[in-house]
Amino acid sequence: MKEMSQQTRQPTEQEKYGRHRPVTDRDAQEINRVEELSYDLKIREVMTSNLHTATPDMPLLKVLEILRVNRISGVPVVQDGKLVGIFSIEDIVRALEKNDFSSTVSQYMTREVVTVAEYESIVKAIQTFTDSRLGRLPVVNKDDELVGMITKGDITRGILLALQRDYKEEELRRYRASHLFEDIISDRTTLVLRYNIKAGDFTHGGNASGNIKRALLRLGADAQLARRCGIAAYEAEMNLIIHTNNGGILKLEVEPHKITLSTTDDGPGIPDIEKVLQPGYSTATDKVREMGFGAGMGLVNIKRCVDKMELESTVGKGSKLTMRITVPPETIASKGKPT
Amino acid sequence: MNLNDIIELSEGEVLTPELSTDVNIHGGYCADLMSDVLASSRPRAVLITGLTNPQVVRTAQIAEFRAIIFIRGKQPQQETIEIAIQENMPLITSPLGMFELTGRLHDAGLKSYEGNVSTN
Repeated sequence: MKEMSQQTRQPTEQEKYGRHRPVTDRDAQEINRVEELSYDLKIREVMTSNLHTATPDMPLLKVLEILRVNRISGVPVVQDGKLVGIFSIEDIVRALEKNDFSSTVSQYMTREVVTVAEYESIVKAIQTFTDSRLGRLPVVNKDDELVGMITKGDITRGILLALQRDYKEEELRRYRASHLFEDIISDRTTLVLRYNIKAGDFTHGGNASGNIKRALLRLGADAQLARRCGIAAYEAEMNLIIHTNNGGILKLEVEPHKITLSTTDDGPGIPDIEKVLQPGYSTATDKVREMGFGAGMGLVNIKRCVDKMELESTVGKGSKLTMRITVPPETIASKGKPT
Repeated sequence: MNLNDIIELSEGEVLTPELSTDVNIHGGYCADLMSDVLASSRPRAVLITGLTNPQVVRTAQIAEFRAIIFIRGKQPQQETIEIAIQENMPLITSPLGMFELTGRLHDAGLKSYEGNVSTN
């Protein structure tokens, strides 16, 4: 990491082609956090700001001394805070060829310097590294003043530190969530969340399901489990909105090893349960279909997302849909639906 | 692919200027049936659709999309935009049709994020 010269190198396969390998949901989730971080982290957060610099009027022997003492191969050249060039060992060699050691930095420095701005995402620095094939870039602020240097090592370190922060937060969150169930002693502890769903309320349709999903994530469920429950809850919630007389209740019951979602309503009830379970069977109105619903796939989707689904109904009295999802024993966080 | 590149390729207009479009999009998915979206999409994609009601945003949120593009220059109702801002779901409207738009994005390297379409 000591070299400073803007020397060329070949881009790696990854830099040239990006990621091609098909990834699983779980892979994607992890790789994705790093990708996200490369957009979230700013260059200023990872760069090195403690710098050795030279000035244009500095004698070559003095710069040589700076390079030698600090064991670096180049320094940015700064005048009145502004970056005006970069001076490297190669420039010394050029001076040496002419046997010209009485000159100053300004005569031999490289004036056209590739820089990155401190307020940009590190993904910008990664692109610049790839395009320019340089190993180290000066960082400037919006007034073109030199504020730091960035290397690929800085980026790697920055991402690792951010991941570590994430990890700690996640640990803490799961610690708290699992304690909800561990600290409260009972023979059977259940957390119940109820949502009142109004018939025909398309505007708020999906609100409750969104809250259910968020609640599960906060309780420490992993992304895939929360997604399955979210989708099942959403289809069930839309069924209450589309098909009931007076709406109904969407309920989430969380236990350490199992999640139960259910909807209850007071009518109209389903005359033929066999039929509504068939893919494609629908009684939805044109209005509902125009909204992209009512394709007769709701219950099919739910069944796909949960481990067990039961539908009971009495015409004139109402329906009850129960969806059960098993959570592996070690934690509420599941590794996805067992296949 | 960055959402900004997708906006450029789709000749799109951003309907939610409040939201950042500096978003990393992993793939694309087209549908006009919300049940299809819920059944077979994968997270972190862009949803390309002809539907513009608020449910599209809710569905996209539940299915973990990162942005929505409306085709044929369709303009959603204000409610849709409000929910999108609240849920941090960038909305774009493109003058292109679904086939042309999808083709352009696919040619530019955006992968299909259609999951397993089996209904069993």
